[in-house]
Amino acid sequence: MSVSKSFRLVACVSALALLVVSIACNSGGSGSTNGSVSLQGAGASFPNPLYQKWMSEYGKVKPNVKLDYQSIGSGGGIKQLKEQTVDFGASDAPMKDEDLKSAPGEILHVPTVLGAVIITYNLEGVTQPLRFSPEVIADIFLGKIKKWNDPKIVADNPGVTLPSSDITVVHRSDSSGTSAVFTDYLSKVSAEWKEKVGAGTSPSWPTGHGGKGNEGVTGQVKNTPNTLGYVELAYAVQNKLPVAQIKNASGNFITPSIDAVTAAASGSLATTPDDLRVSITNAAGADAYPISSYTYILVYKAQKDAAKGKALVDFLWWGIHDGEGFAKDLQYAPLPADIVKRAEAKINSVTANGTALR
Amino acid sequence: MSAIAENGKLKFAGTNSTWRRALSPTGNTGDAIFRVLMLLVALLMVGIVLAMVFALATDSMLSVRQFGFGFLTSQRWDPIKGEFGALPFVYGTIASSLIALLISVPFSLGIAIFLVEQAPHYIARPVAFLVELLAAIPSVVYGLWGIFVLAPVLRQYVEPVLAKTLGWLPLFSGSITGIGLLTGGIILAIMVTPIISAVVRDVLAAVPGSQREAALALGATKWEMIRVVLVNGAPGIAGAVILGLGRAIGETMAVTMVIGNRPQISFSLFDPSYTIASAIANEFTEATGDLYLSSLVELGLILFLVTFVVNGIARILVWNVTRKTGGVGRAA
Repeated sequence: MSVSKSFRLVACVSALALLVVSIACNSGGSGSTNGSVSLQGAGASFPNPLYQKWMSEYGKVKPNVKLDYQSIGSGGGIKQLKEQTVDFGASDAPMKDEDLKSAPGEILHVPTVLGAVIITYNLEGVTQPLRFSPEVIADIFLGKIKKWNDPKIVADNPGVTLPSSDITVVHRSDSSGTSAVFTDYLSKVSAEWKEKVGAGTSPSWPTGHGGKGNEGVTGQVKNTPNTLGYVELAYAVQNKLPVAQIKNASGNFITPSIDAVTAAASGSLATTPDDLRVSITNAAGADAYPISSYTYILVYKAQKDAAKGKALVDFLWWGIHDGEGFAKDLQYAPLPADIVKRAEAKINSVTANGTALR
Repeated sequence: MSAIAENGKLKFAGTNSTWRRALSPTGNTGDAIFRVLMLLVALLMVGIVLAMVFALATDSMLSVRQFGFGFLTSQRWDPIKGEFGALPFVYGTIASSLIALLISVPFSLGIAIFLVEQAPHYIARPVAFLVELLAAIPSVVYGLWGIFVLAPVLRQYVEPVLAKTLGWLPLFSGSITGIGLLTGGIILAIMVTPIISAVVRDVLAAVPGSQREAALALGATKWEMIRVVLVNGAPGIAGAVILGLGRAIGETMAVTMVIGNRPQISFSLFDPSYTIASAIANEFTEATGDLYLSSLVELGLILFLVTFVVNGIARILVWNVTRKTGGVGRAA
């Protein structure tokens, strides 16, 4: 009996030892060894489909660069970049001054593409797209306009028969860059909104139901009559949702489209600062769609690892040139040429150990 | 290690027999190693729980210091202005869980009684299997079903009837959208029914057959006999209910998708509400700013403590009934 037992014991102990050794071996070896570089990024979920496309396409161009992007949300991306656990971050809204100040190094904003937020609704019997003025949208989301046949909505929509039913507002319940862009817009067009609610990823909504994610809002709007909500343009196009026209700063009602979003960026060129941190909601320009925004990749100006830094700037350069070609298919608006030029300057200013990487 | 394995026995350097006996009463080396390993695993679990409480407590200190007890009584939740109060979430969590229990408990009791006392084996087995299968469905699937099936059904058929007949009650007033506290409660009820019915079934099965025979021998009808069994199992049934409550309180995804996610205290079951778990899941990803994060962590701490207490009570009640039935069954 004892022979077999001690044998079992030995087997047990050696198996454990093997396990420990193999774990110890696996934990070593990552980063830039034998010519291949791996870059980690994290942040906004809005551009995630595009970034995943970029990474798989870039892998064909530069097989030795391994890219990984986690769409954990803009807030998480900024946090991880500040803690230097990722090589690049991504955010829909530009970083705030206090966030930039508390970061361990200078952070650059490289715009990659543009997106838009659209108003969708579920209103039986209405076939033509509804039109909204900015102040009407603000009043609906403030809970001041309660009925679909409110004179203010009727005034924007001559010839449309609107029901007398209550408007059920649907907004995002999860904190999101989409909400930030939308409330940034409302804060610009309504003083009351700015004072009572303000702009942010997770505002305290005066009225309405919350749905989780674009899909949650869409699910509620599609399944509940007389609802109105906001979602990303890309999501609305892919799901063929009814989309409202919105009156822009020039007084034209604009159907959201990729071109109208790029027009909003072009219309804001004069007011775009050097660091490219800019809100382009309610932009100037006759064709500009008013609820548009940039999305950014965030990088440190002074890179610690020259090999990684070089791979990063090369990837960004490829992104704002070749990568823009994939934007339209995925319903993102490409950058206007002037912004590409200014983004190039940002990428060229990245250094490692004091020397430029491009 | 100073112990040398030889002939399957442990020999310590000092041949300290008390140590040896403590590690392995049978004096077997394999047993001793197994015992130590299991002890470590058990201690690790306790350690993880303590580490969680510690992390939640330290990370929520900022919010605790800033708002104090007011965090529990304030109704305002405005991340932009930096004001945080947990009361609407606590209310939504408790209200949705209670609705779930009100619906689920009668169903679960019925299922358990049927399975233990009435159904023949060839029916009881598949029915029990199907009910327990409900517990294996991922909660996000419940949520999708809630949005696409349950909410429209409630909006079109159930809620208008409730509003018409019971509309004079504040519980059934307000606009009908199919998304809100009632929908969240019903989804939860479906989710906790398998848990409650499974535990009640075990509790009823643990009531000794002699109880049933005694009741029947005294001339009791089947219904009266079942009542005797239920009374005997009452503490265990209460435990099952509280286990279900614990599940309902912590459920996140399915509720988030149908409850409307609005931090408000409204007595109407048709109005949107918000639970603690949903709030954390919704807001954590994009939460920036130390106070905001800290407030979310404090919500987590509150949720942790509530579930901890609820599960503790459930354990004591279930233990109470199983201990009794271990010996000769006692009449109620």
